[in-house]
Amino acid sequence: MTTTLPAYDEVVARYEPVIGLETHVELGTNTKMFCGCPTDFGGEPNTRVCPVCLGLPGSLPVANKAAIEAIIRIGLALNCSIARWCRFARKNYFYPDMPKNFQISQYDEPICVDGYLDVEVGGETVRIEIERVHLEEDTGKTLHVGGATGRIHGATESLVDYNRAGIPLVEIVTKPIAGTGVLAPDVAKAYVAELRDVIRTLGVSDVRMEEGSLRCDVNTSLNLPGQEWGTRTETKNVNSLRSVERAVRSEMLRQASVLDAGGRITQETRHFHEDTGDTTPGRSKETATDYRYFPEPDLVPIAPDPAWVAELKAALPELPRVHRRRLQEQWGLSDLDMQSVLNAGAVELIEATVAAGTTPAAARKWWLGELSRRANESGVELADIGATPAQVAELQGLVDAGKLNDKMARTVLEGVVDGEGSPTQIMTSRGLEVVSDTGALTVAVDEAIAANPGIADKIRSGKVAAAGALVGAVMKTTRGQADAKTVRELILERLGVQG
Amino acid sequence: MSDLTRMTATEIAALVAGGEISAVEVTRAHLDRIAAVDDRVHAFLHVDTEGALAAAGAVDERRAAGEELGPLAGVPVAVKDVLATRGVPTTVGSKILEGWRPPYDATIVQRLRDAGTVMLGKTNMDEFAMGSSTEYSAYGPTHNPWDLSRIPGGSGGGSAAALAAYEAPLAIGSDTGGSIRQPGAVTGTVGAKPTYGGTSRYGLVAFSSSLDTPGPCARNVLDAALLHQVIGGHDPRDSTSIPQPVPDVVAAAKLGATGDLTGVRLGIVSEFVGEGAEPGVMTAFRESVDALTKMGAEIVEISCPTFAYALPAYYLIAPSECSSNLARFDGVRFGLRVGDDGNRSLEEVMSLTRETGFGPEVKRRIMIGTYALSSGYYDAYYGQAQKVRTLITRDFTAAFEQVDALISPTTPSVAFPIGARTADPYQMYLADLYTIPTNLYGGPGISVPCGLSEGLPVGLQVMAPTMADDRMYRVAAALESAVGTFTPPAL
Repeated sequence: MTTTLPAYDEVVARYEPVIGLETHVELGTNTKMFCGCPTDFGGEPNTRVCPVCLGLPGSLPVANKAAIEAIIRIGLALNCSIARWCRFARKNYFYPDMPKNFQISQYDEPICVDGYLDVEVGGETVRIEIERVHLEEDTGKTLHVGGATGRIHGATESLVDYNRAGIPLVEIVTKPIAGTGVLAPDVAKAYVAELRDVIRTLGVSDVRMEEGSLRCDVNTSLNLPGQEWGTRTETKNVNSLRSVERAVRSEMLRQASVLDAGGRITQETRHFHEDTGDTTPGRSKETATDYRYFPEPDLVPIAPDPAWVAELKAALPELPRVHRRRLQEQWGLSDLDMQSVLNAGAVELIEATVAAGTTPAAARKWWLGELSRRANESGVELADIGATPAQVAELQGLVDAGKLNDKMARTVLEGVVDGEGSPTQIMTSRGLEVVSDTGALTVAVDEAIAANPGIADKIRSGKVAAAGALVGAVMKTTRGQADAKTVRELILERLGVQG
Repeated sequence: MSDLTRMTATEIAALVAGGEISAVEVTRAHLDRIAAVDDRVHAFLHVDTEGALAAAGAVDERRAAGEELGPLAGVPVAVKDVLATRGVPTTVGSKILEGWRPPYDATIVQRLRDAGTVMLGKTNMDEFAMGSSTEYSAYGPTHNPWDLSRIPGGSGGGSAAALAAYEAPLAIGSDTGGSIRQPGAVTGTVGAKPTYGGTSRYGLVAFSSSLDTPGPCARNVLDAALLHQVIGGHDPRDSTSIPQPVPDVVAAAKLGATGDLTGVRLGIVSEFVGEGAEPGVMTAFRESVDALTKMGAEIVEISCPTFAYALPAYYLIAPSECSSNLARFDGVRFGLRVGDDGNRSLEEVMSLTRETGFGPEVKRRIMIGTYALSSGYYDAYYGQAQKVRTLITRDFTAAFEQVDALISPTTPSVAFPIGARTADPYQMYLADLYTIPTNLYGGPGISVPCGLSEGLPVGLQVMAPTMADDRMYRVAAALESAVGTFTPPAL
C-alpha cells in the first residue's frame, strides 16, 4: 500500500469528488416498529423483547402508527412527495442479529421521495437532493467474544442482544452530490448537521450520534474533470459530525493515491477509524448480495390519507434554516456575525438566554466571548460547557442591577463553569457584591480624604483629575467591591466640587 | 350414558352446560380413546393429558359456581401442531422445532381457552404444512381411519383423522392450498377454510403468509360453524385480519339444515368436472348436485378458465414466501442446533442445522422459492404468478356476479395408499388442484362429505365470496341434511 498520501489541495486540483450520504435515524417512539416493546437506550441484554421482535415462529408484525407519522413529518420537512400508497418489503439475508433472517424495510415503494435540504457552507447555500426516505426495523447487536479484532472472524463466541431489534429506523438517502469540489468534506458535514437539526426540531428522535440514534454511511468517488463518475466506496462507522468530514477527506486522499498509482478503486464497504482518521476495507461489494426483496405479506399497504398528510404539513414547526434567518434579523446581526454564532454552535444557547430576559448583544457577548474561550481551552462543545442560558441570564441581570461589575461578573462566570452554583450563590459565597450602601461608602470616602489631605486640597482647587488617587484608595479599602463611578461621584460631592 | 366420543360437539356442550356430564368425564373418554387407537392412527404428535384435564376441571368449577358457559365449553379440541401453544410442544411436524415450547399462545388457541374448550393435544401434519398426505411429517405418517393403509390427506391429516377416529369431536386446521378441505374430503369429515383475514394468523407458524388460513374441522357442519364462530373475528395482532365481525355462520348452518335452498344459485366450475377427477368421485358429486337441485337450488355451469393456472402460480407464490418465512429456523434462538462444537463457524452451524432439520419437501420448496425471488428471475416467476393471482380473483368476482356460490369436488381422488405419490411431487400437488384457487382469491371454502366411492369418502367443495362464509355453511348444511354423515368401519 501507499505510505504517503497526496496533499488535499493537489487532489482537488486534479480530481472531482462525488459524495452521497445514507443516514439512519432511530425514531424516538415509545414502542418498537412492529410490537409493543419499549425503545429506551440501554437496558440489560434481551430484556426488551417479545415473540414479535425475537421473530419467534408464528409471531406477526403490526406497524406502529406513531412511526409512520414521524417519517411523514421528516419527509415533509425534507420537501419530499409522500406516497399515496406504498408497501413494506422483506430484505432477505442471514445474520444472527436479524431475528427473522430478513429485515422488514422498503424497497421500490418508499414512503417519501424526491426532496431536498438546503445547507450553508462557507456562506453559500448548497441544495442537497434527497432521493428517498423510508422506514425499516433496526437489527439486534452482535458481540463477538474471544477474537483479536472484536469482529466475527477469529471470535470464539458470538452473543446477541435483541433489545435494539425492531426499533423504528428511518433511512434518508441523498442523490449523488457532485460539483462541490474542495468543499466536499464540509458539505457532507454540513448536510448531516442540518439534517440532525431538522429532525431534532421535529422532535421525532434524539439524533445522538454517540448513542447511535443517528448513523451515517458516506459514499465517495473521484473522477477526472469531464469524465464519468468513478467507482464509489461506502464508508461505515462514521460516528460524529467531525468524522463525517474526516471520512470524506481521508477517502478522497486514499482514492487519489490509488488512482495516481494507476490502480483502480474497488467497490467496497470501508470502516472509518476515529483514532487514526483512516478507512480500512470491509466486505467487498463486487458480488452484490441478492436480498430477494418482495412485498411483506404480513403487513397491509400504507395509504396515508392526504388530508392527514396536509394536516401534518401545516403543523410542522419552524425549521432550523428559517428559524436562523428570523433570529439573525431579530438580533440585528450581519451575515458574518451570524456565521460566527453558527460556527460556535451558540444559536440555541443565545436564543435561550435572550428568552430568559437578556439582550441579544449581551447574550452573544458572554457565549462567544468568555464561554467560547473556556470551551476551546477545555476542548468541549459550547453546549456542554457547564453554564446554562438561565445562569448566563441571571449573571447579566446582576450586572444590569449594578450588583456586579464586568470584572466581577467574569469571576462569577468562572465559578458557574466550575460548578460552584448559581451566579447569585457564587457572588454571595465569594463576597463579590458591589458595595452600594452609600453610608458605608461615605465612611470609606471620608477616611480616604482624611488620610490624603494634599490630594483633597488639589481637588478642591479644581484639579478634578486628582480624584483618581482617592478612588483607588477607596477601592482598596473596599477590596474592589465598590462601583468606581459611584465612589468618584461621592468624593467630589464630599469635597464640594462639581464633576 | 352412550359413548361420549361418538357425540357431536353440540350434544357434548349441551350435556356439560346442563350438568348431565362433567367436562372431565368427556375429556377422559377422549383421552382413553386416543390411548386405545392412536398407536394405529397416529393423529397426535403430543397429547396434553394434564393440561386437558386441568382445563376440563376449570370448566366444571365454573359451571358449579353458576357461571355462564360459552357454546362449546367443555368440548375437547385437537389442535394442528402449526399453532403456538404456551408451554406445550409445537413442532410444525418438523425436526427443526423438536422440543420447542412456545412462550405464548396463538390468538386462536387463546380464544379456544377463553371459550372453555379443552385442548387434547397437537395433531400431526406434513412438515410446515407442505404436503397433501401427512407423509412429510418428520414424525411419521398419519393413517386414514377408513383404511389404515391409506393417507388421511394433508397437510392437516392429523386433525381430520382425529375426528374420523373419534379421538376428538372438533379440531383446528390451517389451509394454505387445501390443507383443511382435502383431508376433510378423504376422511369423510367437514373442513372449512374461512375468508383470508377472517381468522387470526397470530401464532400460526407461517408457511405462506398471504395464503395461510386457520379454520375449523368437525364431523358435521353445525359443529364446524360453532367452532368457526369461536375462533373467528378481528385480531389487532394480525394486521391482515379483517376488522369486521364473523358472518353468522351458525345461523346459516341451521338455516341450511332445514333442507331448503330455494333461490340459491350455485355454479359448477366447468374446469373441475372434466377428465381430471376419478369416476367414483364424479358419481358422488353428480348425485349431490341432484340432491341440491331437489332442495331448490338453481344450478349452472360456469367456466373459470384461469383456474387452470392456479397450481403453477401457487407453486411459485407459496414457495417464495416460505423461503423467507423459514429463514428464521437457523438454530440461533430456538429449536434444533446442529454442529455447535466450538470448531465450526456460525455459518456452518446454521447450514448444518437447516440441512439436518428440514425434510425433503421443505427443502424443495425453499429452493424453488429462493430461485423464484432471485434478482433477474423475480419478474418472470413471482411477479408473473402475482398477475395470475389477480386474474383468478377476477374469474371469481365475475362468477359471483352470476351465482351465490361455486361448487366442485374437493379433490380429484379418494384417499390414496400411503407411499403411492411420494416419489412424484407433481402427482402429490394434484391433490390440491380444486382447492388452491380459493386460497389465491382469499375467499372461503368448505368441504362436506357427499358420498362414498368404493367404500371411501368423497367431499364436495362449496366456495363463496370473501366475507360471505355464511353462504357456504348454508349450502354445506343443506347437502348434509340430504346425504347424511358417514361413519368409518370400526378400528
